[in-house]
Amino acid sequence: MPAELRPSERIYRGMKSAGIDLVASVPCVNLQELLCLLSSDPDIIHIPVTREEEGIGVCAGAYMGGRSPAIAMQNSGLGNSINALASLNMLYGIPVLMVISHRGTPGERLVGQIPMGRLTEPLLNTMGIKFFRPRPHEAEEIIENAWRLAVNERRPVAVLLDIQFWEGR
Amino acid sequence: MRRIDAIAVVAETADASNALVVCNLGYPSRELFFVGDRAENFYMLGSMGLASSIALGLSLALPERRVIAIDGDGSVLMNLGTLATIASFASSNYLLVVLDNRVYGSTGCQPTCTSRCTDLAAVARGAGVRDVRVASSEEELRMSLSGSGVVVAIVEPGNADVPVIPLSPEEILSRFMERAFPRVRRS
Repeated sequence: MPAELRPSERIYRGMKSAGIDLVASVPCVNLQELLCLLSSDPDIIHIPVTREEEGIGVCAGAYMGGRSPAIAMQNSGLGNSINALASLNMLYGIPVLMVISHRGTPGERLVGQIPMGRLTEPLLNTMGIKFFRPRPHEAEEIIENAWRLAVNERRPVAVLLDIQFWEGR
Repeated sequence: MRRIDAIAVVAETADASNALVVCNLGYPSRELFFVGDRAENFYMLGSMGLASSIALGLSLALPERRVIAIDGDGSVLMNLGTLATIASFASSNYLLVVLDNRVYGSTGCQPTCTSRCTDLAAVARGAGVRDVRVASSEEELRMSLSGSGVVVAIVEPGNADVPVIPLSPEEILSRFMERAFPRVRRS
């Protein structure tokens, strides 16, 4: 029996199936394996940026140049990105796939992650940004569908990956 | 040098080299529209600070195409990390032109830190950008636009009396993308 895919591999395969070919990232400890997979893929341009908002800009430019962009970040970075998501992506109709490590969810050990952990879904709801919370076995398909939705609706779409997801649950 | 004259020099160079241009929001975009509107100009209407980042994404997506970002001192100060990212990842098709008038010009000319002691050319060099030029006249600016990297153009504060851009965000994007890459390549 083949070994079960790790959560990071499932995300990576979903991004590949979606045709994602440029990724901006700001790291999270839970994203480390995914970021290595992205960096070692010759068909993906991976740009580690200094701040998530900057990455939203890089992704928007990449889309304008014909690429299929995603940003990989922690949910803290959603807070850093709100103005860009609203007054760039949503204003012009520019899609982006947001692959978000959702910290501050059950199992979190750092108290500093709790406030943004609680605010992540309300912020996305307020902004009208659709989001998905896949379990590992469905991540590949949901990520592919999330990017298709972003392109069809010309909007940002988020995939939230909570602490249990990274534990394979 | 007035900013609108500096923008006209950049627009002329961009047109001659068929470059894509990403222009900072507010009066700079209005001035660019006034002196030389082209479908290859992306006029920002929001997301202050991201002109250089949008242009970086474009230049990576289209490595054969020249991409020029027209930014301001206030906007670059809002996204200083961009200089480090540009230093590490931008290719030779990328040029950032910072029009430094030492004020937040579109909001009533409140001074920025470049009016006191911050030297954006030195910041860009410190971030690791290898090719940084400073231009104080139209002639110097024209000469400095031929390469890649970062150009800091010293301009006077003040906005030209130019109208608002009569294009919707969707129009700005769709005509830009039409020129950025041919429709046949789109899925």
